[in-house]
This record gives sequence, C-alpha cells and structure tokens, in this order.
Amino acid sequence: MTFHKKKVWTVFLCCTVLLFGLMGRLAYLMGVRSDYYYRKAEDLHQRERDIKAARGKILDANGKVLAANKTVCTVSVIHSQIREPEKVIRVLARELDMEEADVRKRVEKVSSIERVRTNVEKAAGDAIREYDLAGVKVDEDYRRYYPYGDLASRVLGFTGGDNQGIIGLEVQYEEILSGTPGKILTTTDARGVEIDGIGESRTEPAAGSDLRVSLDADIQEFVQQAAMKVMEEKQAERVSILLMNPQNGEIYACVNVPEFDLNDPFTLNTGEDVSSLSQQEKQDLLNQMWRNPCLNDTYEPGSTFKIITMSAGLEEGVVTESDRFFCPGYIVVDDRRIHCANRNGHGAQDFVQGAQNSCNPVFIDVGLRLGADRFYKYFQQFGLLKKTGVDLPGEAATIMHKKENMGNVELATVSFGQSFQITPIQLAATVSALINGGNRVTPHFGVAVQNPEGDEVVRLEYPVEEGIVSGETSRRVKAILETVVSIGSGKNAKIEGYSIGGKTATSQTLPRSANRYISSFLGFAPAEDPRILGLCVIHDPQGVYYGGTIAAPVIRSIFENILPYLGIEKTEENGGSAGAGGQENTED
Amino acid sequence: MSGQEKQSSSGVDHTLLALVLLLAAFGLVILFSTSEYNGRVRFHDSAYYFRKQFFATALGLAAMYAVSRMDYHFFVSLAPAAYLLSLGLSTAVLLVGQEINGSKRWLNLGPLSFQPSEFAKAAVILFLAWQIDRTRKDPSGFWFMCRTMLTLLPVAGLVGSNNLSTAIIILGIGVILIFVSNPKYMQFIGLGAAGMAFVALFLAAESYRLERLAIWRNPEAYEKGFQTIQGLYAIGSGGIFGRGLGSSLQKLGFVPEAQNDMIFSIICEELGLAGACGLILIFILLLWRLCVVSMHSRDLQGALICGGIMGHMAIQVILNIAVVTNTIPNTGITLPFISYGGTSVVFLLAEMGLALSVSAHR
Repeated sequence: MTFHKKKVWTVFLCCTVLLFGLMGRLAYLMGVRSDYYYRKAEDLHQRERDIKAARGKILDANGKVLAANKTVCTVSVIHSQIREPEKVIRVLARELDMEEADVRKRVEKVSSIERVRTNVEKAAGDAIREYDLAGVKVDEDYRRYYPYGDLASRVLGFTGGDNQGIIGLEVQYEEILSGTPGKILTTTDARGVEIDGIGESRTEPAAGSDLRVSLDADIQEFVQQAAMKVMEEKQAERVSILLMNPQNGEIYACVNVPEFDLNDPFTLNTGEDVSSLSQQEKQDLLNQMWRNPCLNDTYEPGSTFKIITMSAGLEEGVVTESDRFFCPGYIVVDDRRIHCANRNGHGAQDFVQGAQNSCNPVFIDVGLRLGADRFYKYFQQFGLLKKTGVDLPGEAATIMHKKENMGNVELATVSFGQSFQITPIQLAATVSALINGGNRVTPHFGVAVQNPEGDEVVRLEYPVEEGIVSGETSRRVKAILETVVSIGSGKNAKIEGYSIGGKTATSQTLPRSANRYISSFLGFAPAEDPRILGLCVIHDPQGVYYGGTIAAPVIRSIFENILPYLGIEKTEENGGSAGAGGQENTED
Repeated sequence: MSGQEKQSSSGVDHTLLALVLLLAAFGLVILFSTSEYNGRVRFHDSAYYFRKQFFATALGLAAMYAVSRMDYHFFVSLAPAAYLLSLGLSTAVLLVGQEINGSKRWLNLGPLSFQPSEFAKAAVILFLAWQIDRTRKDPSGFWFMCRTMLTLLPVAGLVGSNNLSTAIIILGIGVILIFVSNPKYMQFIGLGAAGMAFVALFLAAESYRLERLAIWRNPEAYEKGFQTIQGLYAIGSGGIFGRGLGSSLQKLGFVPEAQNDMIFSIICEELGLAGACGLILIFILLLWRLCVVSMHSRDLQGALICGGIMGHMAIQVILNIAVVTNTIPNTGITLPFISYGGTSVVFLLAEMGLALSVSAHR
C-alpha cells in the first residue's frame, strides 16, 4: 500500500510544481508584460471622438464678418439607454418638429447610437436637454454661417457637413481656417457603447485662424445691386462685375449674379424643380451654379482686348498716337474681308480716334504691323498666357492660338479680341499691369491671417512682376483710354469731376447664328493714377447689346458711389467735349 | 451500513469541505461578475447565468451532502453500470444532442440540459477504481496497463468525437490512476514519451490542429487568436492587484463568453496577480487535501477514487490556466467550480462528496 501513497504524493507534487510554474507565467504576464497588454487593452476599450474645432472667420476689409460659425446641436438616441420610449418619441417629435413616425423609426431601431437630427438650433437642443431624458444625447457642434446670405457666394464658398471647405475661399484657405480638431477618449464595451462612470480624457480643439480679405462688403453689396439692376433691365442671363485695385491686385468686389444662398448651397438659385432630375443631373446643375464665371470660365473679350493690342503696338513702336488710318468699313486680310463694327466706315482717323471709335481695321493694322512673333512675345510678356494666380480654386487658362498656327487672319481677329478666350480676371489683371506702370500684380482676396483676438499673424504676400511694359507706354495707354471715355465710345461711363479711362466691348458668342452677345466695359479711375479698375460683363442681354450703351453706365454708377467712398477726390472740372464716337460693336 | 453511517457523520475532512465551499462561493461571485454583462446584453437579465449556476450549485451541494453520507464502496459497486450508462449517454448525445455554440454536447431533459461528458469523467474514476481494485493481483504488468487503457477507449472515443478536451481529461485520469496503482516509475517515462508521440501525430493528422499551434505561437497574427489575445489583454491589464472586483473591461464583450473557459483571465484582470495566485493556492490546498485523504484511505478503492478526483481536478485546473495564459495551444477546458456550467458543477461537487465519504470511512 505504501507505494500507492508515494505515487499519489508524487502526482500531487508534480501538479503543484506545474501550478507554481503557471504562477510564474502569470507573474511574467502581469508584471513584465503588464504595461504592454494594458496599453493594448486601453487602445481597444477607448473610442476616439473628434471635437470639431471652431473654423476661422472670414472678415472683409473693414472687419465685417462674412463667414462665421454658429452653434448647432446633433440629437441622437442610444437605444440601450432609453427608458421611456414613448415619452422620448413625443418630446423629440415636438421639439424637433418632426413626424412621430419618423422619430419612432429611429428611437426603436436597435443600434448603438442613432442620429435623430443634425443641425438643430441651439435653442431647441437646450430645450431637449432640459427634459433630461435617459438615452437622448444632445451634442453641440459648429456650423458655418454666412451672415450676408448670397453675398459674394462664389468667392467665399461654403463648407460641407464635415465643416470642410467645398468651393471658394473656404477651400483655398482650408488649412488656415480649419484649425485642429480636439479629441475625446471614452471607454466603451465591445459593441462600442460608452461605459458610464469611467472618466473621459479630452484634448481641446484649437480654433482655426481668421482670414481677412480685401473684399469690402459694402462695395460688394452695392455692386451686386447694380449688377442685379442691369441683369433685370436687360433680361440678361447673368452679369459679372469685378472691382480691383490695379496697383496691388486687391479685389474689392467680385459679383456674379444671380448669386446663390451660401446658407443653403444645395438648392438651385433658379428655383427650378429638381425632383424629376437624377442625382447626377442635379449635381451637375449644382456644380454649374457653384462656378465663378470671373475665373472658372473663359470668354471672347472682344474690343476690351484692344488695350493689349494698343499697348503692344506702342511699346514696340509700330504705331504712334498720330499715325493716320482710313476705315472704309472693312479690311481685307489674305483675301478675307473683315468688317468694322461700323459698316459705313469711320473714314480718315488717327490712332487715338481709332481707339475712341473702337475701329477694327485700325487695330487689325496694328496687329499685322506687329506680326505673330512680336505679338506673341507681348502676350507672354504681359502674362496673358499664364494664369493670374488668383487665390481661388479652378482658375481657367487662356485659350490662344499656337504661335505657329497664327496666320494673318488669326492675327487680325486676335487684334480686336476675337477667336480666342480668356477669363475676366485675366483681362482685369493684364490691363491693371498695363495701366499701373507695368507691374503685373496678382489679383487676390486674402490679405492677412488673424488670430481670434484680431491680431495679424501673417501678412499674405503675392508675387509682382515688374516692368512688363514701360512706364511711358503705360502713361500713353492711360491717356488714350481716358479719351475713349471722355469723348469716345465709352462716354457713358463719364462722371463729372473724375478722369476715367476705359474700353467698351461687344462680342458675339459662338455659335454666331444664335445672336447672343456679351457686352462688357472695362473702366478705371483716376485715369492718370488708377486706384480702381472695374470690369462689367453682361451675358446675353436682350434688346440693345452694345457694351458702351449698357455696360459702361453700370461701371459709371458704381464709380460714382465707390470713388468718394474710397476717398478719391474729384479733380478740377474736366467736362471734355462730347465726342463723335458712336456706338460700337465688333463682329465679322 | 449503520455502523459506517456513524463514522461518516463525524469523520469528514473539514478542511476539504471548507475549501470546497469556499471555491463554490468564490465561483458564484466571480461568475456573477463575469456573466453580468453578457446576461444583460443577451437576455436583458444581469443575473441570467448566475441564477442558473446558483441553482446548479445548490443541487450539487445537495448531491455532495448525500454522497458524502453514503459509503463509497456502494458507488464503486455501481461503477460498471455507471460506465455503461455514460457510454449510452455519450451515444445519445451524438444522436439527439442539443447544439450550443456549435458543439453538440448537451442532452435536453425538460427544462434542464445535461452534459453527459461531465458524468463520464466521474463514471471513469469510479470504473477505474473498480477495475484496478479487481485486478490487484498483478498491477505492475505492462499488459495490465494496456488493458486498463483499452477499457477507456470506447468512452474516450465517444466523448472525444465532439469534445476532444474531455477525452484528454479522461485519458489523463486513466494514466494517473494506472501510475498510482503501479509500483514502477521507469515505464511511465516511456509511456509519457509514447503519449507525446501520439499527440504529435494527432496534431499533424489534421491541419487545423497545426494552425492552432501557429496561433499559439503568435496569437496576434491570426484572426482565430482573438480569444487568446483578448484573454492575454485581460490578464496583462490586471497588474499586481487588479482593477477591482466587478471592474473588468475585457468581460464587456471583448473576451467572448467571459464566463466560460476564459473566466480565469477575468479573475486576473479584476483581482490581479495577487488574486490569481491566491486562487491557485486554494486549488493547491484542495489537491493537497485530496492527496491526504487518498493516502489515509483504508483501502485501495478509496485511495484510487481520491487519487482520480485529485487527478481530474489537477488536469482541469492546470490545462485551463495554461490555455488562458497561452502557455499551451487553445483547447476548451473549464475551470472547476468557477466556469459557468451546471452539469460540471453538480458532478464536481458530487465527486467532492465521494472524497468526503472516503475521508469519513477511513
């Protein structure tokens, strides 16, 4: 019998040894490896929730808030924590102004957390919180808010549900505006349900910086009204007006009517019924609406482009103010007869008079004197062939003939602004350089980055290319363009007491048979030392469509109000004699 | 019989009884802690598992009391019948068993479900005690060893067809009892080597078992290592003194079925190294008391019964903790008295009753 006892004892000892071995293993796991597993377990139990950072504001030149944040609430229900489902359904339906059936669907859905409604006004969110219902969660959140509604809609842009910029300055300055989101770490069970009673750790979000832009809300509003007025009067399809400082490139106003409501950017501004459209069709229409025609779309500039032809001709010395021309109403280029807008002909005139009359044969002659090579050289020198670098996304490039394809006919049509396309902002930027003494400035909106206290953090700088044209040529171009307004085709832009330079344009859109026109006027003041440049482009006006007749008065009415506002004093009375320049148009 | 009854009422091993009651109570507390979340999530009843286990424990204690009051020789005489019954039940479960969690291990008896493999372990202990006692003339022979093991093969095969772990326990109990009844040592080393070779062959025969080995060596790299790795997270995050009773996070659905095989990992998380080692020490004390009762038993039957029970306990505790700590590859073995399982706790307590009976009849 004794051996049985010894054997049982042996088994016991073996088991004890093994168990002590396992204790050693435990000591290793829970001592040496404890930190590693603890951390791993922590990662597993903690859910990270982002706390949105307050997005930086967009401020206009005078510090008015163009884009701000407002606090909104997200109301959610946590199915497992609801105790009084009927009461929850009743209260939520009432406070959120929803159908009980819709609320019921969400309350009764078995999920860890179900959103009932987002973008709830703070007042409603607070009211729901007052009820202190188990299983109902009200989270505060920021939402972008645009106090001026549709003002400069395509410039400012808007943000999506995740508070990320979608178009305009909101996307261009995303990094500056967005800030750094904070984090909440909460402990959850395997289903992701938060566990009560275990503290959460937070990293506070860092708010985004404010962006100050050159846009002036007052000017923008006034310009928008002027644009609306002419659009309605002329039953035009749309009107774009750009107002900038030709000296430094700051844009004061960029209007494209009809604008759209930034607080409701997913509703078409045409009031069109979209219910019958497919998702894709609807999105296409929205994308179209969100485009900024001043820089996302190109057009045939027409006669305003003669400023470039003029500058190149004067700079190259192929023409002077006193050169004589004769216009019989057309000009023949390589067997092609190209008409002047005035089919009866302007007769004998000097170059300045040709500019005042916007006479096509005169400028075709200048273009032919330059020849393709030299003309092209100036396109490059003036910066026409590259983008302006404006601080908005999606700027369209110039569509120009290749130099080797530029025959005399192409050269002739380009000379008076046809057969190629540029963006309005490109035209404004190029002319700015030609009239400011030859500095190719970058048109821009962003001026400075500010902290929430309003202190400037970063001054935004933009490249300037100097000497693209000589000061002398610049002075001569300004002088000629001043006479265009004082006695020429742009006389409708004339304001008593101010010297204003400008150029009108009327171009027919393709296809020519549709008889659709683009009327435009580019003006600047004071003519000798321009501090503001305005470009008004009217698409498809009905009735009279001459730029000098319909677009020039728009710039005049804007300048009348803006010049005093900008502190530009009237000079000596300089009425100027009423010129003989008639209406003009350009077509072939 | 009447004389023996007198002995049994006075002579039970009180230390053993106290240890068993302590373990049963501790088991219920831990079971409630680990199963509370799963009960709430699945059945909207925090006490769902606890109530069932409490009922089973009460039944088991009653069985323990009843068995301890009776002479263990009576049970040994029933051993062949019990063995045949366990064969029958194991066959029945193969045919009409109820499937839970993908395993066919339960027989439905009205409102109760019954796991025949738990009964088989108890039956095997009694059966081996009976068989070895009968052939005590030459227990040292090699032939005796083989024959004894062979008699276990039918039940081990039947149980093992759907519950490999229990089959291993049954064979383990067999090996321990043969070892105890045989005066030699050296041939068991050979037997051990043969066993190892068998296990290696067994593993190699099926690729999914080799996969288990790969998971064992690097559980984090495999999706199927999920349970193991969650257990390790629980153990590791316990530290020295644990998060505190009831404060486990891993039981909140991370360790699947925390109240079952992996319950020891939650003990580690909540009670720390101190609590886990304390529990192991209680088990060692229990084994020690079973060992002492076996050594002081007045006959071979009693010694073998207690030795078998000790072996059963030891195998399950060691294998369970070894699996949970990823010391050996994963295999589903429950922790005696602690893991959820009604049949298991009833028969474990009944076995304890048997040991108490042996202690009372020395």
